[in-house]
Amino acid sequence: MSVSNTRPITPDLIAAHGLKPDEYERILSLIGREPTFTELGIFSAMWNEHCSYKSSKKWLRTLPTKGPRVIQGPGENAGVVDIDDGDCVVFKMESHNHPSYIEPYQGAATGVGGILRDVFTMGARPVAAMNALRFGAPDHPKTRHLVSGVVAGVGGYGNSFGVPTVGGEVEFDARYNGNILVNAFAAGLAKSDAIFYSKAEGVGLPVVYLGAKTGRDGVGGATMASAEFDESIEEKRPTVQVGDPFTEKCLLEACLELMATGAVIAIQDMGAAGLTCSAVEMGAKGDLGIELNLDLVPVREERMTAYEMMLSESQERMLMVLRPEKEEEAKAIFVKWGLDFAIVGKTTDDLRFRILHQGEKVANLPIKELGDEAPEYDRPWTPAAPKAPLAAGDIPQADVADALLKLVGSANNSSRRWVYEQYDTLIQGNSLQLPGGDAGVVRVEGHAHKALAFSSDVTPRYVEADPYEGGKQAVAECWRNLTATGALPLAATDNLNFGNPERPEIMSQFVHAIKGIGEACRELEFPIVSGNVSLYNETNGQAILPTPTIGGVGLIKDWSKMARIRFAEQGQAILLAGAPGEWGTHLGQSVYLRDIHGRTDGSAPPVDLAHEKRVGEFVRGLIAEGIATAVHDCSSGGLALAVAEMAMASGIGAHLNQPEGIDPIPVFYGEDQGRYVVTVKESSLDRVFARAEAAGVFCPWIGRTGGSWVTLGKARPVSIEQLRSAHESWFPDYMNGGESFPAAAE
Amino acid sequence: MKSAVVQLPGLNRDRDMIAALTKISGKAPVTIWQTETEIPDVDLIVIPGGFSYGDYLRCGAIAARMPVMQAIKAKAEKGVKVLGVCNGFQILLEAGMLPGALMRNASLRFVCKEIKLEVANAETEFTRAYAKGQIIRCPVAHHDGNYFADAETLKSIEGNGQVVFRYADGTNPNGSINDIAGVMNARGNVLGMMPHPENLIESAHGGNDGRGIFASALDVIAA
Repeated sequence: MSVSNTRPITPDLIAAHGLKPDEYERILSLIGREPTFTELGIFSAMWNEHCSYKSSKKWLRTLPTKGPRVIQGPGENAGVVDIDDGDCVVFKMESHNHPSYIEPYQGAATGVGGILRDVFTMGARPVAAMNALRFGAPDHPKTRHLVSGVVAGVGGYGNSFGVPTVGGEVEFDARYNGNILVNAFAAGLAKSDAIFYSKAEGVGLPVVYLGAKTGRDGVGGATMASAEFDESIEEKRPTVQVGDPFTEKCLLEACLELMATGAVIAIQDMGAAGLTCSAVEMGAKGDLGIELNLDLVPVREERMTAYEMMLSESQERMLMVLRPEKEEEAKAIFVKWGLDFAIVGKTTDDLRFRILHQGEKVANLPIKELGDEAPEYDRPWTPAAPKAPLAAGDIPQADVADALLKLVGSANNSSRRWVYEQYDTLIQGNSLQLPGGDAGVVRVEGHAHKALAFSSDVTPRYVEADPYEGGKQAVAECWRNLTATGALPLAATDNLNFGNPERPEIMSQFVHAIKGIGEACRELEFPIVSGNVSLYNETNGQAILPTPTIGGVGLIKDWSKMARIRFAEQGQAILLAGAPGEWGTHLGQSVYLRDIHGRTDGSAPPVDLAHEKRVGEFVRGLIAEGIATAVHDCSSGGLALAVAEMAMASGIGAHLNQPEGIDPIPVFYGEDQGRYVVTVKESSLDRVFARAEAAGVFCPWIGRTGGSWVTLGKARPVSIEQLRSAHESWFPDYMNGGESFPAAAE
Repeated sequence: MKSAVVQLPGLNRDRDMIAALTKISGKAPVTIWQTETEIPDVDLIVIPGGFSYGDYLRCGAIAARMPVMQAIKAKAEKGVKVLGVCNGFQILLEAGMLPGALMRNASLRFVCKEIKLEVANAETEFTRAYAKGQIIRCPVAHHDGNYFADAETLKSIEGNGQVVFRYADGTNPNGSINDIAGVMNARGNVLGMMPHPENLIESAHGGNDGRGIFASALDVIAA
């Protein structure tokens, strides 16, 4: 007799499970009786926003998810994309925002662990990771603690597991003061004919539990992640799981070894809502019922109730359906790696999700309806209200050289070395481009020339100013960063972080951002193959900046020809591919306005997708033919920051001209989209101009590399040494609580 | 020459090491699992980097007490070359096969970056390919690489030429005493080092400064 299962179902209990009264009514009509306590927990786990996508599903369906290279789109543990020669790349990005705010080290660590598991569950060996991190204002009393904990957690898990972290983002904005974002990306390699799915097949087959033991950690985590925060946040710490990268590494090796034996029919990792979600997914997808006997589940705590076992989010666990004749072989592999292996149930033909515990049936629910009949909302949203453009002639002035020094040393544009040096960027021996460039690049093992490029991008201030253009820009910038290495962008994963969707103005951001993302993905032939939605990123009614992070993957046929951001040689020509006539024009929402003048007004820069594609193809062509000697896209900080970064990366200076009769501020600091700084040998110029003309791309010759100074038009030259000093010192000074950063009082 | 790579749960640079040994010697190394007590007949045994058994106790402490380490010790006593890199170095120290200890980095943070190494002793079975005093590039990636030895031990290893590598040009990433990055035993057949030469052996790595260690140990130095 399981005492807790007889707990009376009261309105308070229902509300505490995050279920609305009408959702509870739906449960009653589905099962025709009052649910047991365990069943209520199961519904809560399956029907919360995090697992059911009930507010977002309608809009997610509008995204392009197919393409000639797409083997598996959204709906599985990760997306799968063909990279030729029978190889494929398996990747996904997922948020772990709420847990990371509550407990930064473990929250971030288990975010990394969860995404790695998603990738190797499909039979792929993880080869690259990225992390898009967003924190509150640097002077907020919690920020330094959160940065320190999250970065250590990301590193602690990824480094021990053994995957190189090759890219990511770290940004600060006061709008994340109460809700930081931790978006973890992982990619793995597999053979296209050896992908593993979660769909169970065959009746009466053993359901096997693998990996770590089940504890009480994370009980109710997914429900917590589907609610706003308030002052009671400190009470939520027990809902954060604890990661064990050592077990995960063993689990990876054991799973890949097991998969090679042909024993695995279906596999699903236990992520959010643990045993509940994984079992329901396997059964529902295969049109089968699942019966679990919880007495057989390996546990690490005594007297756990059925409710706790079903909702535990203990990490490093897997559920599989195995071929019975291979059971002994499978078990031997798990014993070798010191992991638990237990047959905990079977597949059935009655489409019921039946849970037995201590001789009692504690749950008996219709398995298909648990997922398929989850509520779906068409939440109201307000019309788009993009911010107005700056008035004509509204060009606030500053000394061009001073502004450059200030921006390279600012919180958001300074070097992230302090962060990425805590990540193992080199493990596996295949890292070709490390953090600090446009994209991380990893060689594909077993091939002489093939490599993959990875980038994660979004500019939340643009999305806030204009969700539609901002959504487009996130995709375009990711596509551009991949292109800047010479890669052909293949597909993307989206991690959509927004506030409370029950507020029409937030839902409006979400809807318009998705429309923009969809439009850009279609135009750029860059389908979304996996993703994750994180809503309710609000504290006391203050929402985060809308942050739809796009993680993209590109294919490089021959890495010996890939481009890097560093200038190759002195005396080369600097070109600005894709420039408008004045080189740069758009100051609205620029970091120049924000960080030099404290202004956050103006419209977001528009993205002309046809132009984007044309320029990207032109640049990719220059790289493939070995004409381009260095390439860097222009993003935050415009032309000035792009050239400064190329100079700092190489130690070679640059002298830029300045168009006559035009204010230099928008020329150098405008954030017009679809532009790349490209260097070529001067002897290649004629060829380049001919190609540009044929492609219909404006590609002015704007300057020359050389010396050890960066000179922007008529502005005072700034030495690379000075730039580097400003660029490299912000982060360590901040984290050390240096002079300019008085220790914040808690 | 034949080589072997030790594979323990939690080690994670074993594949890097296998790739490096294969590329440099043209022969794939054999692998040794944690439970093996009979080590095959090889000339070089490599314990690669990682986090053996999670390093949840002191780094390398659990691995050092596994049966396989007794077998490796016995081989080393017979003169077989043993190279421990990163976690492998920590394991060799914990097993008492090398002098000194490794503490948490002075910064208290994990550090992954390229540093400079001075070849302090080029007359060893692992460094013959280099010249004494040569400065080479090499990456590091560790949380506990802060080498320490008491004054007496330090005097003895410095005097005996047992300090094989030193961090050079102010690149000491972890606070190691005397900038020590790699030490060997008195006999000269067991070397432990924190940096990862296996991650700098080919053009894809942006250089091949790490190659000389394997070329020396495997006796495949190009003429």
